[in-house]
Amino acid sequence: MSAAGGTPLLLAYAAVASTFLSGAISLFAVRRHPGFLHFGSFLFLFLSGAASIVAGGWTLLGKHTLTGRFALGLPWLDWHLRIDPLSGFFLVLLGTLVVAISLYGPSYTREFARGPAAQPLPPLGVFTALFVLGMQVMLLADDALVFMIFWEMMSLSGYFLVVYQHQHAANRHAAFLYLLLAHVGALVILLSFGVLAAFGGGLTFDQMRAAELTPLWATIAFACAFLGFGTKAGMVPLHVWLPDAHPVAPSHISALMSGAMIKMGIYGIVRVSYDLIGDVRWEWGVVVLVIGTASSLLGVLYALMQHDLKRLLAYHSIENIGIILMGLGLSMIFLGSGHKMLGTLGLIAALYHTLNHALFKGLLFLGAGAVLYRTHAHDLDHMGGLIHRMPLTAFLFLVGCVAISALPPFNGFVSEWLTFQTALQAPVLKNGLLRTTLPIAAALLALTGALAAACFVKAFGIAFLGKPRTRRAARAREVPAGMLVGMALLAALCLLLGVFPTTMIQAMAPITQLLVHEALPSAAAQGWLWLTPISPQVASYSAPFVVAAIVVVFGLGYLFLKRGAAAPRRAYAWDCGFGQLNSRMQYTSSAFSQPIRRVFGGVWKVDEQIDTLASAGPIPRVTSLHYSLHTHDWSWLRCYVPIGRVVLAAANRIGFIQTGNIHTYLKFSFVTLLVFLWIVS
Amino acid sequence: MDSELTAWALAAAQALLFIAAAPLLAGWVQRVKCHAQNRAAPAVWQPYRNLAKLLRKKMLLAENASWLFRAVPYIVFGAMLLAAAVVPLIAVNLPSAAIADMIVLVAFFALARFFTALAGLDIGTAFGGMGASREMMVSALAEPAMLMAVFTLSMTASTTNLSVATGYVLQSGLVLRPSFLFALLALTMVAVAETSRVPVDNPATHLELTMLHEAMILEYGGRHLALIEWASQIKLMIYSVLIVDFFFPWGIATGFSAAALAVGALAVAAKLMLLAVILVVWETVLAKMRLFRVPQFLGFAFMLSLLAMLTHVVLETGG
Repeated sequence: MSAAGGTPLLLAYAAVASTFLSGAISLFAVRRHPGFLHFGSFLFLFLSGAASIVAGGWTLLGKHTLTGRFALGLPWLDWHLRIDPLSGFFLVLLGTLVVAISLYGPSYTREFARGPAAQPLPPLGVFTALFVLGMQVMLLADDALVFMIFWEMMSLSGYFLVVYQHQHAANRHAAFLYLLLAHVGALVILLSFGVLAAFGGGLTFDQMRAAELTPLWATIAFACAFLGFGTKAGMVPLHVWLPDAHPVAPSHISALMSGAMIKMGIYGIVRVSYDLIGDVRWEWGVVVLVIGTASSLLGVLYALMQHDLKRLLAYHSIENIGIILMGLGLSMIFLGSGHKMLGTLGLIAALYHTLNHALFKGLLFLGAGAVLYRTHAHDLDHMGGLIHRMPLTAFLFLVGCVAISALPPFNGFVSEWLTFQTALQAPVLKNGLLRTTLPIAAALLALTGALAAACFVKAFGIAFLGKPRTRRAARAREVPAGMLVGMALLAALCLLLGVFPTTMIQAMAPITQLLVHEALPSAAAQGWLWLTPISPQVASYSAPFVVAAIVVVFGLGYLFLKRGAAAPRRAYAWDCGFGQLNSRMQYTSSAFSQPIRRVFGGVWKVDEQIDTLASAGPIPRVTSLHYSLHTHDWSWLRCYVPIGRVVLAAANRIGFIQTGNIHTYLKFSFVTLLVFLWIVS
Repeated sequence: MDSELTAWALAAAQALLFIAAAPLLAGWVQRVKCHAQNRAAPAVWQPYRNLAKLLRKKMLLAENASWLFRAVPYIVFGAMLLAAAVVPLIAVNLPSAAIADMIVLVAFFALARFFTALAGLDIGTAFGGMGASREMMVSALAEPAMLMAVFTLSMTASTTNLSVATGYVLQSGLVLRPSFLFALLALTMVAVAETSRVPVDNPATHLELTMLHEAMILEYGGRHLALIEWASQIKLMIYSVLIVDFFFPWGIATGFSAAALAVGALAVAAKLMLLAVILVVWETVLAKMRLFRVPQFLGFAFMLSLLAMLTHVVLETGG
């Protein structure tokens, strides 16, 4: 315990307790008293989020490492808890999202209280609380037992949230796939902890840190952890559950899942490889980099083909996880080759992007939820023109779009820029192959960024701009203030983290000091105005100047051009003399991405159908035309379907032992018992 | 402190000169092109007259235009202004180059393009959507090629700072680097695509179904159109100055004495005039490509820049 007297840890306990109360109180939210969910449950969730932010921020800024111990569960297995800068950072991330959704949720969940989409409310509140609780305690865990218990709590309550609107078969299917892959992932994580515990002689993380692993066993432990946590993070090709599961959950839960839950996978990878194993090898970095690059590129290419807004956002989560993994991979390559400072830079880039992605993806999912709340439309082609009817939502969603497209002066750009800067330091490496691979990865990251911009022009342009495509979109109105405040909080943070990256990087120094015993002193050497990650000679960026310049241009434009000029006249757009333009003449989402679909042809399995109906008569004329387009994921068709087939065939083969006769089953149990006894003795 | 102030004042002056000279370059290109094609040529300052006319004109907006449509010209112009402020025009070692490096410069272009494409979708006409969709496709291919070429330069000079990189090329003298040759070709091809010139796009037409950039801004008029036109003239100038800076920086001022600055200004003017002539010849002898030839064109540019990077790693570092 340090001088602070363990206050941050106590605050973290308070956050956990508050989450628990939030779940408990929503048990009373039966149909006649929805207020228990809208006010009680979300109030405690707000307090819990706020306490998490304070606890995490205090630990991070004060460089504390505090431990706690509880005699719970089995008598010889105490629960070890610990809060350090790394878990503090992720607690801040989680807390921010929890605060945002607790502001957003009360209005949003009204939809489930009555009307056509009514659902029982207690499960929503309880499982949301358990979901958050799982993540909070998992971040505090200091032994494998606590870690796995709460990891599972997070995964399982996530299942119930995905399947919340269980009336649709697609939701049940998505939830099953989620549950299946979550458990495969958890099993592999358990194996990784198994290796570490065997060498360390115990389940606590302290024992694992002290373990002396041979390179082979360290690699095995890393590989298992990377696979397991990567499944949760949604890296290619283990991502298939993600685009199905995230869109079907209620939108504030989607925000929490894409914003926070998949980041727990990143937390796991960083915790196990940098902290528990400790000795990072460059070969691991190459694997992480390659998988990260593949994830980012495939994620964005698949996202481009989606026309369901939330599904599009879910694919972008895969892309951004890819970018985070690229940062981590670069960091491991440089650390493993002995370049500590550059390894630190890569780690900072990855963690910065983790936080950024949590913010803007949370914002975008909440924005998609706001559109859903008012128009009940999932499909981009059923929206349109919403900027006139929902101007504030449109503005906030636009902030998210600009941030995720990595454009200055928002936060997404800073972390991608740091990743680029790390990759460009490749010439210091001895290995010629690595020197070539790193810039190519950087070029692919550039391609990803450009495609992401195209995708968000499409998402924002089709949904919010143009003319309304349906009557519901034409009648939409602005969402309640609570939802706007939740989104505005995240949007403001997106801008702040984009404009003041230097301050943020300084605040993140304790994490890298904890993990690699190195900080990035040069980043802030020129003051808060300048970000100079390596040295001012090599690279620099100043976001405040960018904001200032745009503000100045607006100001001058107002002073010299707008002021005093006559008010603009409104007129119809030129229709080439054919009569009124209507909303059906606009570009649709599939039309928008058609050129890109043509250029990158082989990436998707495209299923394009044009059905025409001809009228009877001597000269057939087309009376109706139906166009449908489906793009399928190759990884599903090429990996999962064959695996499923093999499993089914194997199950059929050994099906004969299932006789339905209790005597046979007892016999099997007896034989198994004998075998185990023989192994043990 | 005093010298620092002078340097910032010089940087601001250079940025202003940059945006003031951009229409002149466009006018010069137009004039040479007319001569080359046996047409009667307008005066070199015709673009200034056009801008002045547009700025004075009364505004006309489509009825469906939202606040975003009206904000976009200012954002686009702001992004180009920033980009112009960081590119060394007549002197290196100016402090403004620290605001943004090469990667941020590319991101400024991306920012301008992002908002222009949104403006294209705002009115809800088919032309706007078409322009936005095609422009995003072209840029998705051009941007990695450009960054790859830029990475080659930055790995050679071990910096992404534009001013420092230009200074490095200047210092190392006349060294023939194969990687620079490939990077120059790639960057030129990307520049042609990004500034909407033949053979990728044709800036002179509003009448073709093949237009890209013009289709997005079709609904703009008055001061909005003036800002957007001016911004695209600045963009042409930035790409030209980048090519000149990276590959032929000789003459650019390294100190801030009046004589050095005058030499720098004259040198860059001469180089840009020459480059414009090359552009005119290129635009006159080539025909515009079909849209789906453009990916091959840009794919070739990407291959060239990849080759540049590989040449640099294999031949020029030899670790």
